[in-house]
Amino acid sequence: MATKLTTDQMQAYWGRTSRLMWVLLAIWFFFSFVVHFFAPSLNQIRVLGFPLGFYMAAQGSLIVFVAMCFYNARAQNKIDEEFGVSDE
Amino acid sequence: MAYTLGGSSFVQNLGRIYAIYTGAFAAFVVIIGILEWLGVPSKFLGYLYIFLTIGVYAAIGWLSRTAEVTEYYVAGRVVPAFYNGMATGADWMSAASFIGMAGSLYFGGYSGLAFVLGWTGGYVLVSILMAPYLRKFGQFTVPDFFGARYGGNAARSLAVIVLILASFTYVVAQIVGVGIITSRFLGLSFQVSCFVGLIGILACSLLGGMKAVTWTQVAQYIILIIAYLIPAIVMSFKMTGVPIPQLMYGFALEKIEILEKTLNVAQGHSSAFVDATGKYSASAMWNYFALILCLMVGTASLPHILMRYFTTPSVRQARDSVAWSLFFIFLLYFTAPAYAAFAKLEVYQNLIGTPIASLPGWVASWGRPGLALVGACDAANAAQIYPLCRGVVGNGDGILQLNEFRIHTDAIVLATPEIAGLPYVIAGLVAAGGLAAALSTADGLLLAIANALSHDVYYKMIDPTADTKRRLVISRVLLLLVAVVAAYTAGELGADILFLVSWAFSIAASGLFAGLVLGIWWKRCGNAAGVAGVFVGITVCMFFLYTTEFHGLWVKQAFSWLGEINIVKIRNRDVAYIWNINNISVGIFGIPAAFLTQWIVGAFGKPASAEMQEFIDSIRVPAGDVKVLRGHEAH
Repeated sequence: MATKLTTDQMQAYWGRTSRLMWVLLAIWFFFSFVVHFFAPSLNQIRVLGFPLGFYMAAQGSLIVFVAMCFYNARAQNKIDEEFGVSDE
Repeated sequence: MAYTLGGSSFVQNLGRIYAIYTGAFAAFVVIIGILEWLGVPSKFLGYLYIFLTIGVYAAIGWLSRTAEVTEYYVAGRVVPAFYNGMATGADWMSAASFIGMAGSLYFGGYSGLAFVLGWTGGYVLVSILMAPYLRKFGQFTVPDFFGARYGGNAARSLAVIVLILASFTYVVAQIVGVGIITSRFLGLSFQVSCFVGLIGILACSLLGGMKAVTWTQVAQYIILIIAYLIPAIVMSFKMTGVPIPQLMYGFALEKIEILEKTLNVAQGHSSAFVDATGKYSASAMWNYFALILCLMVGTASLPHILMRYFTTPSVRQARDSVAWSLFFIFLLYFTAPAYAAFAKLEVYQNLIGTPIASLPGWVASWGRPGLALVGACDAANAAQIYPLCRGVVGNGDGILQLNEFRIHTDAIVLATPEIAGLPYVIAGLVAAGGLAAALSTADGLLLAIANALSHDVYYKMIDPTADTKRRLVISRVLLLLVAVVAAYTAGELGADILFLVSWAFSIAASGLFAGLVLGIWWKRCGNAAGVAGVFVGITVCMFFLYTTEFHGLWVKQAFSWLGEINIVKIRNRDVAYIWNINNISVGIFGIPAAFLTQWIVGAFGKPASAEMQEFIDSIRVPAGDVKVLRGHEAH
């Protein structure tokens, strides 16, 4: 386990981490706000009895949030291991 | 020394220990079921549930007693990601989530989903923006981070103030929750119940601090999730023939929509952004999004949640732990709308239009004086049987109409077992689950407040030379004091203060979010910017919170230049809604104010020192030591 990164390595590491952050933040924003903006129209579509707009707020977005947290943990671990800075 | 929990053998065997615990709890429920079948009165069963579960939590609290500072403040940093996830789930889900949310969804329909979204999506922010870096930072409290990152006691004190404002508001609401449940199931007065609850809360946390709270919260999560899922599963099986409520309530929604037409309900249960007349309303939409934003950002700023991620063994596990937390929270939150839909369908289908004489039994049993959660208000003298009917005038035709039916928010979860035809043993289980939810959250909050006072104020600012023994004594005395003050406040304010929970989110979001995020992600941001950000954020938030709530008419005059301001009569006051936004979402002013201030001061002020930037680099990377800053050497 390398303990000290050079300045260049640090910059590369943080660049990758930041990019992951921005991508996830954009997805978060979409499923927190954007998709619900269209709820009245989505409600015209029905899946298993659920109006789709209602479903997205009651379950759809939640499932995405859970998946995002697990994905973030995995993706960041990968970056950490690549740079040899994982703490486990 | 007597046996205590927390040795390495305990942590290695967590799976087995909690499996045995779950089995024992199931056996306990079966025994209560047998007692009920033998004819033991339900009041006695209620006592058994409440005192036995509190007894178990107290036993865990006693076994987790500790004399070590790291164990007291951060559970010795040995809590595996999975179990910290469960503990966070219990820490997070309060009486408002467990009992109140399904009720809000019953009444609000789609608009109530703002809570479901707001109370889950914030964890994404915790996961990507904060938890791993705070874990790497590796201190004891959230104000510790502010103190280190923004150069000392000014930032630390401000963070402590925000923490106390948010957590105290929140903990009072929790103790009210405990009081409501215990008074309902034990028949004690509300004030006395608040103090009974207090004993339950202190039993978990007083001797073992974070370590004890962690292991009781895991135990409490197991009880609360079992108690929440069982009635919903049985209800779904009863109504649809399939025991998966989360999938099957779609059909209930469909039937509700048809019944709404025959019953002339204008505001459809699943219609998005509609007002009382069923028309599209832009202000309903903006309120929905404002509330989601405040709840999500508040989630990512509440210290009692963030400090849970200080307890994992590594940065990597802190990240995994956020994911597990959200998963365990999700299990409850995606079930809550099913509760609301099934209850509504039951009411529309089997209650409305039914002769008063042949109403199902649960209406009478949950409507009687002492509970007063339901009211069938047809006859003129209905209020004698159903206290909830006071002031409702029925047409006296012997048939229940929609406008003659009253139901309290709490009834949706509490009465569902009986609606589903389950015996009292399950109703008692639900009460035990609600109690677990309220106790665990109250414990987390009290610990956050007491730790900020004992660690940040006393140890870091007043007496940095205090030895371990003295620090732990001070911590416990403060915990006791804060708990008593909170229980007293709860008992005085009474039951109708659950809106306080939403305020707590706006307060935390306005005060702490910008400072935490920019502190980690903007390396050059200087000390003054951080201090100014927290100060302006919390000041703006508290100013609008206080003035819109208590001086609504003045706000309408003085801030007319902001745009449309309406006066709404709620809580017996003239409350100002700026841009039609409910003042529980007052964070929409505080959050941008904090960011803007910190950004402006940071961009033009003195940048962070080279030493500080090195410190930030060191908390951004999981491996390696954290750079020690001058003046922050000691723990």
